[in-house]
Amino acid sequence: MLKNKSVVSIDDVQNDDLFEIFDLSESMLKTIESKGNAPLLTNKIMATLFYEPSTRTRLSFESAMHRLGGSVITVSDTKTSSAAKGETLADTVRMASSYSDIIVIRHPLEGAARLASRFTSKPIINAGDGSGQHPTQTILDLFTIKKELGSIDGKVITMVGDLRYGRTIHSLIIALSRFDVKVNLVSPEILRLPEYVYSMLPDRNYVKEYNDLEEVIGETDVLYVTRIQKERFSDQNEYQSVIGSYSINSETVEKMKKKSVIMHPLPRVDEISPDVDNMPQAAYFRQAYYGVPVRMALIYKILGD
Amino acid sequence: MEEKTLKISKIKDGTVIDHIPSGKALRVLSILGIRDDVDYTVSVGMHVPSSKMEYKDVIKIENRSLDKNELDMISLTAPNATISIIKNYEISEKFKVELPPKLIGIIKCKNQNCITNTREPVKPEFEIVSRHPLVLRCVYCQRTMNERDVFE
Repeated sequence: MLKNKSVVSIDDVQNDDLFEIFDLSESMLKTIESKGNAPLLTNKIMATLFYEPSTRTRLSFESAMHRLGGSVITVSDTKTSSAAKGETLADTVRMASSYSDIIVIRHPLEGAARLASRFTSKPIINAGDGSGQHPTQTILDLFTIKKELGSIDGKVITMVGDLRYGRTIHSLIIALSRFDVKVNLVSPEILRLPEYVYSMLPDRNYVKEYNDLEEVIGETDVLYVTRIQKERFSDQNEYQSVIGSYSINSETVEKMKKKSVIMHPLPRVDEISPDVDNMPQAAYFRQAYYGVPVRMALIYKILGD
Repeated sequence: MEEKTLKISKIKDGTVIDHIPSGKALRVLSILGIRDDVDYTVSVGMHVPSSKMEYKDVIKIENRSLDKNELDMISLTAPNATISIIKNYEISEKFKVELPPKLIGIIKCKNQNCITNTREPVKPEFEIVSRHPLVLRCVYCQRTMNERDVFE
């Protein structure tokens, strides 16, 4: 049960909750497309604290709350907030929780959302903490796979790009351990999935590492592409050595199954060529579109009656 | 009986740390902050034959007791160590160190990008993932640390 609970990691969302969110997301999607809004949380206020750049996640959370009839208060720029004066995150969260019913937080440091949840009794939603986790993106990713391909079980998911720092990858691979799937990991040596993430998996048998995408592209049902994140590298020479390692173009897609999808948490830089955008496998903009109904469903599960 | 085989004399008052894995005595001394400026007697036996462990290290410290943090830290490197409190040459209390289910505020997270390594008003907190070999997980950032990470 998610009622009044925080979602800091994907482990905070049990399978029952996950499937209920999927069903509710479908309803929310229909409601958006027919009526625009579902005013179910008219007396609720969401605070958004974004200490790191964000476009999709922030807009989709705020849009979701507005579509639910709630209000949103936000710090538009943390550089102009009390954080710039040296206020701790703990104090900011205490303050924000007295002004709101739920807090959505994105932060460049790992563990920030867990810390926030310790300083308030109000629910905290982790919208990404450093290279840690991004649980709501994972719920959205799983919903997208199910909606696009009919099910998650039985699928081959190939993750490519920045597996070391990619928080969407970390949350997703942990969540996929609950399903009957095969996961292929394709990345440069220095961007391999970290050992600490492996240690969170109940078993490693469903995961296999590859250097070359060609080896697995033909069996792939879901190609999950991630950006190599310049901002996570302390050594820019290391970044220069891996940028452009994998580029998905129309030739790559030709080798994929007809009924397969390409997903990307976005933003992309050059890892997916624009000539892929209009191919039927390109699901990344639809994936972003589902962000609002999925977050509406999650917020309603936490704050609704 | 075993005591007779030790090449370290008995102490009148203080603490004996026994059954330290062979070669770990220096790490235990470091945990206890014992350096060259101590003003009490410390006896260290390294690579001592042992019926239980084949070889072990033993430390005897005169006129000093250990606090909970020190015992928790010792348990990380010597999980089967036994502690004897000595009073007037007799053992007044004897117990095994115990690895607590959570370690709070006694070690730092090795992840420089962990929120606990900032000014925030929280103590670093770790769960035990595995005792042999030692693996700890930061409750905040989820990174794991092994024995070497803890004591480097």
